[in-house]
Amino acid sequence: MSTARTKTLLAALGGSVLMVLSPAAHAGPLDDAVDGLAASSEDAIIVNVGRLAALDDPRAIPALSALCDDRLRAGTDGHAYIFDSKTRDVKHPVTGAVIASPPRPLKEVETSNDIRRVALPVLAQLQLASPDTAVRLGAAEELSKTGSAEAGTLLHRALSREQNAGVRDVLSQAVARVDLASNSRDARLAALAIVEKTASDAFLSELQRMTAKGGNGTAVETDPEVHAAAMRALDAVKSRQRLIAFGGSLMHGLSLASVLLFVALGLAITFGLLGVINMAHGEMLMLGAYSTYTVQTLFHNYLPGAQQFYLLAAIPVAFLATGGVGVVMERSVIRHLYGRPLETLLATWGISLVLIQTIRLIFGAQNVSVANPDWLAGGTLIAQGLVLPWSRIAVVGFVVLVAAGVWFILQRTRLGLQVRAVTQNRAMASCLGVPTRRVDALVFGLGSGIAGLGGVALSQLGNVGPEMGQSYIIDAFMVVVLGGVGRLAGAVAAALGLGVINKLIEPAAGAVLGKIVVLVFIILFIQRRPQGLFAQRGRVEA
Amino acid sequence: MLTRLREMHSPLAWGLVAGAGLLIAALPALGLPEYLVPQFGKFLCFGIAALAMDLVWGYAGILSLGHGLFFALGGYSMGMYLMRSIAGEGVYRSQLPDFMVFLDWKQLPWYWNGFQSFGFAAVMSLVVPGALAFVFGWFAFRSRIRGVYFSIVTQALTYAATLLFFQNATGFGGNNGLTDFKRILGAPLHDPTTRKTLYLVSAIALLATYFVCRFVVTSRLGRVLTAVRDGELKTRFCGYESTHYKVFVWTLSAMLCGLAGALYVPQVGIINPSEMQPSNSIEMAIWVAVGGRGTLLGAVLGAWLVAGGKSWLTAAIPSAWLYALGALFVIVTLFLPRGIVGLGPKLRPVFDTVVARLRRPVKAT
Repeated sequence: MSTARTKTLLAALGGSVLMVLSPAAHAGPLDDAVDGLAASSEDAIIVNVGRLAALDDPRAIPALSALCDDRLRAGTDGHAYIFDSKTRDVKHPVTGAVIASPPRPLKEVETSNDIRRVALPVLAQLQLASPDTAVRLGAAEELSKTGSAEAGTLLHRALSREQNAGVRDVLSQAVARVDLASNSRDARLAALAIVEKTASDAFLSELQRMTAKGGNGTAVETDPEVHAAAMRALDAVKSRQRLIAFGGSLMHGLSLASVLLFVALGLAITFGLLGVINMAHGEMLMLGAYSTYTVQTLFHNYLPGAQQFYLLAAIPVAFLATGGVGVVMERSVIRHLYGRPLETLLATWGISLVLIQTIRLIFGAQNVSVANPDWLAGGTLIAQGLVLPWSRIAVVGFVVLVAAGVWFILQRTRLGLQVRAVTQNRAMASCLGVPTRRVDALVFGLGSGIAGLGGVALSQLGNVGPEMGQSYIIDAFMVVVLGGVGRLAGAVAAALGLGVINKLIEPAAGAVLGKIVVLVFIILFIQRRPQGLFAQRGRVEA
Repeated sequence: MLTRLREMHSPLAWGLVAGAGLLIAALPALGLPEYLVPQFGKFLCFGIAALAMDLVWGYAGILSLGHGLFFALGGYSMGMYLMRSIAGEGVYRSQLPDFMVFLDWKQLPWYWNGFQSFGFAAVMSLVVPGALAFVFGWFAFRSRIRGVYFSIVTQALTYAATLLFFQNATGFGGNNGLTDFKRILGAPLHDPTTRKTLYLVSAIALLATYFVCRFVVTSRLGRVLTAVRDGELKTRFCGYESTHYKVFVWTLSAMLCGLAGALYVPQVGIINPSEMQPSNSIEMAIWVAVGGRGTLLGAVLGAWLVAGGKSWLTAAIPSAWLYALGALFVIVTLFLPRGIVGLGPKLRPVFDTVVARLRRPVKAT
């Protein structure tokens, strides 16, 4: 903004009425000034913006915002009109009434950046006086960004007459932002008190600038009292940031724990029942995620209307597909290897390689994208700076449901009874007529299916690629080792613990060190309790 | 001494082993194409690693999914020597390796001290894996972690180590690892004579490793190990502290693996964290499974077959390699529990009947 224009504006703000360039013959100064916005010279427009500022009448808001958005038109009769680009209607600039036969041709008012620079603060000033709360909020935020002295005056004035508590908060923050750079020591102190109270991290860079040392070793802020207040405010902002980061880590830990639990539930059951480590279990996660992707694609191609609900359809599909693969694996390979756990480990590793390569050949080696449906997109704002995405909440809820379902199957159904019998004593169960082979296959399918459900969940959180299962399988094994084999409660507790600890260590020590710390912890833990958190009571396995 | 040798092998078997060793060592002289010399040298290193693997898995029943880590640690030790031997010749003409200059480091981290000496690096390539294995094994075996539990924990260990070495801040070159080596003990690495020498050293190391392993498994200690494998509780009740035996063989195996890694690096010219990925360790297990667990020759044979097959297949039909490897895992465990060497006794009756049939005079019809 050139100094000359600033002076013009300030003169107008002061209320001095300059010469009126507009040829309009409306009644009232407001209409006059609004029509003046459509003047042909840039200087004239700026003068009229100044008049509107002096009038301080919210009714000029539509005209001013139209001026800034290039929607203002000058009619041949010298009046200003607002052009609505959507409906292609021409409206009255003050009343907003649609004008049926405007004096065409309408000339577009050329809005230069200089005009905008003058008009935007005035617009914000008028909006601050608007009866609409949302408009006032928006304006307060807009003004605090400019940080000029005039904005400070405007904000102070608006704050003194504001009633609404929410808007007062925003206004006082905006005032504080402007006052931090004020020359007055008391204004800075008052602003810092507000900053310390709100502790919003929007002030971080400003506070850091104030507390920083200048080039010659002296602090940027010369007044010691203000400097101390700034330090306190900085501490408050930082501790709030830490709190939010902690909340974020906790949340990520919870969702990692959910995914781990999906994998570990299946592992814990199959390992407990069959004594078999299934290295291809992580690939079940991957297959589940790719099932989701396939269902999404099918819906996209054949049922575009129901696109939003593909995820619901993907849940049974993923469960059945991965469960089916699990049953086939058990029947064809693993069945022949019972009693040889180390060989099973190698054979299932081989199967996992085949599965990965097959998926890679079908879908390509690149990650595929699975979109969140609209009802899972976005999130809820818990505190400023901490958004809890719906997808993560949904995943946590989903795993709770699935864990409850598994508990129900194991404790309340005939299959569950048989599973528990076979787990405790295979030979005896067999003698009593439990079809152990069928139970084996079904349980293997169930475990794989649960991992498949985990894949559906994971597809909503992260990338879907052929090797996604590998990164979870080792952690999942740790969960099983820690929780105790074949123990649901153990798996839940261990998954929660590992997931949350992992994510809490991560910010402080980095992801890698976090993993190593967890591993060392597990090894030390096993020293104390070799059977895991929730050891099976009864005879110790030989 | 002589009786001990006879305990280890019959004279005929010793003759065969010596003959095979001579043949391998003489391959470059017998017209092995020059470009294949490092390739075959690599296979010799794999053979050493397979022997180390077989020692713990075949004879002590400990399936390690972390031997790739020991291999890589040996390799990194040697790589650090090779790196320091070219100080001042990098792109930046700095005394520091290029990747450190790139990270704006001003001096070598303390753990790089001493590696300017070849002898120190060679000793470290055994000591570092050995020490890690000892500490880890001591804690793991003491708390009776065994079977699949142990396998899983070793896998987690390698996984964590891989992540650690992938970090630039660890000081081992991050993703890219250590590479651009120029010479070893003053001899240029690209010189055919150096390559042949390295090959020869690997062949001797393989024979020596075979000798050590054979010595261990035919000793009293080896018997105890086999007993631990087949019935740990019973062995303990007989008064043998199984933990000590297991820790010993585990540490020895890790050191042999480190030796393999140290010989491997100058021949392939690079060492990076992908070498210690869990999948590599599991591949070592399949070498032994294919050849036959509990037979030292089988392990070496399996390593050569699988690694050779990999070299050929990844060049010929790249997408088929993972299928082939996966199928190999399944087929070997399902149908060849004793590996290729185990086929011998199985085929014997078949062979005998065929021979008998052939010997029977054919009746004129």
